[in-house]
This record gives sequence, C-alpha cells and structure tokens, in this order.
Amino acid sequence: MAVLKVKIEQCKGCGLCVRACPKGLMRLSKTTLNSRGYQPAEISDMQACIACAACARSCPDIAIEIEK
Amino acid sequence: MTRVFERTKGLTEAEMHYCPGCGHGIVHRLVAEVLEEMELLKVTAGVSPVGCAVFAYNYFNCDMYEAAHGRAPAVATGIKRVHPDHCVFTYQGDGDLASIGTAEIVHAAHRGEKITTIFINNAIYGMTGGQMAPTTLIGQKTTTTPLGRTVEHSGKPIRVAEMLATIEGSAYIERVALNNNANIIRTKKAIKNAFTAQMERKGFSLVEVLSTCPTNWGKSPVEAMQWLEDEMIPYYPLGLFKEV
Repeated sequence: MAVLKVKIEQCKGCGLCVRACPKGLMRLSKTTLNSRGYQPAEISDMQACIACAACARSCPDIAIEIEK
Repeated sequence: MTRVFERTKGLTEAEMHYCPGCGHGIVHRLVAEVLEEMELLKVTAGVSPVGCAVFAYNYFNCDMYEAAHGRAPAVATGIKRVHPDHCVFTYQGDGDLASIGTAEIVHAAHRGEKITTIFINNAIYGMTGGQMAPTTLIGQKTTTTPLGRTVEHSGKPIRVAEMLATIEGSAYIERVALNNNANIIRTKKAIKNAFTAQMERKGFSLVEVLSTCPTNWGKSPVEAMQWLEDEMIPYYPLGLFKEV
C-alpha cells in the first residue's frame, strides 16, 4: 500500500495536486489551516492511491512525499 | 517500503518564496533533479536572473551567481570560459531574457557558448507587478495593457525558441510546458538533453518552459494551468526545434 505524506507547513494550498491526481483522490482540507493560513492538501482515500506521484510532480513546493 | 518520490538533493532545504501555484517551483525541482542524476552538482555554476527567480541562488544546491538584469548569459560565458569542464546554466524569465537581455542571449547563442539556459515563459512580468512582456499574448490584459495587448501598438509576441533555433551556434532548442503530468516529465527530459548537449560541448542549449503566473494573470493556479493549455500552447507550439 502506498503512503502519501503532505508536509502541511510547506503546502500553499494551490490545488495543482488536486488537478493532477488521475484517481481524483486529492483535495484541500476544509478543517485545517497551516501557520500561514493556507488550506493544505490531503488525500481522501489512502487505500485507493496507486503511488503514481502525479501529485508530487505537479507540486511547486515539493510538499508531497510518497512511499510504496 | 521504497521511496517513490522525495525531495532532490539538488535543492537546499530553503522554502521557496513563490506565490501558490507558481511554475518556478516545479522547474527548480526538475533542474535540480537532472543535476543530481547527472552527478553534476559539485561542478555546476548557475546564474540567477532579475525577476521572481532572483532568489534561485538560495534554492539550488550548487554554486550560484546573480547577474544584472538580462546579463546572465554574459556572466555564464565568463564562468564557462574560465572553467570549461564545469556545467554552467542560466535560469531566466521572459522579462529578463526576451526583453532587456535579448542582445546577450542572441549573441551567447551566436557564439555557440557551451552553456544551458532555462527560459521561463509566463507571458508577463511577475516581480514588478504584472506589466506586459514581449511574450504577452495578443488581447492579454496586464497592468500596462489594461484593454489587452494590440498588434498595432506592441506587435506580436516573440517566439524565442524558434528565433534561437535559426542561429548557427545553438545545439539544442526545445519548448515544453508544465500543464500536465506528461508534459512535466517531457520538460525534465528536455532539461536533461540540454545539459547533455552542453557537457558534450556541442554548443548553446536552451529549454523554453511555458509556465504560469496565477497572481498577475488574476486566476487561480488551476485556472492558470488551463489558460496556459488553451491560450499559450496554440501560439507557442511545443516541440524540439533544433538538435545537432
């Protein structure tokens, strides 16, 4: 199973990972803010992640790390 | 567990100052990954521009210089001629390269300098507040063209990759974009090919990357990527223009 970590403090909530995910699993958090006030990205269903890294490649702030 | 994706050693730990959704962060990472994969980090000197990417010297984990506006190719020429075995690259935006630095880039290519230029084309001046750049599209609204750029007043946008491909001294010229995952992978390949052309001493190499400026375009990062795809790519066709 893949493990996807979003570095919350580095995320600027731009949403490019949401656009990039082929499975439509990424979303911006509606419940948390980081210290700069951005809504960080999160994954809705870790089990469904195929670890393709499309989200990480599209992230301008290198805020996503993936293990498999 | 194996790492599928992690931060490259080609970047420092410094947090980038760019606006949310800015393409600079993606291109910085791609350049740094290529330098790491080619084991060039210890023998690379980069030259950062004037513009939003001016602080690139804080982000790349190799020797970095800062040049006067548009003069990065001239500084890179000096570095390369003193250290001919080293890898030398410039990282320039469209305000820096296509406007004030046109003479420097054209003549660096004309001399066949063995340097690589990463050219970020986002069709606007970013750092100074969204003024019209030579690459701004017809009809595009900026702070200096509030009614949209017109051909009568400003001419048509300049296609830098096509122009430099006509110059004898250039060895590798390609235009790529950041609009989707496949094109991001293609961008990395192009950057690798450009650095390879330099290390094989074939001549001048340049990769033009179509990128976004959500803040000054007045769009969300996701809308900006779509605008790049719908408006910029038709005018600036992607592809390999020269390879010797």
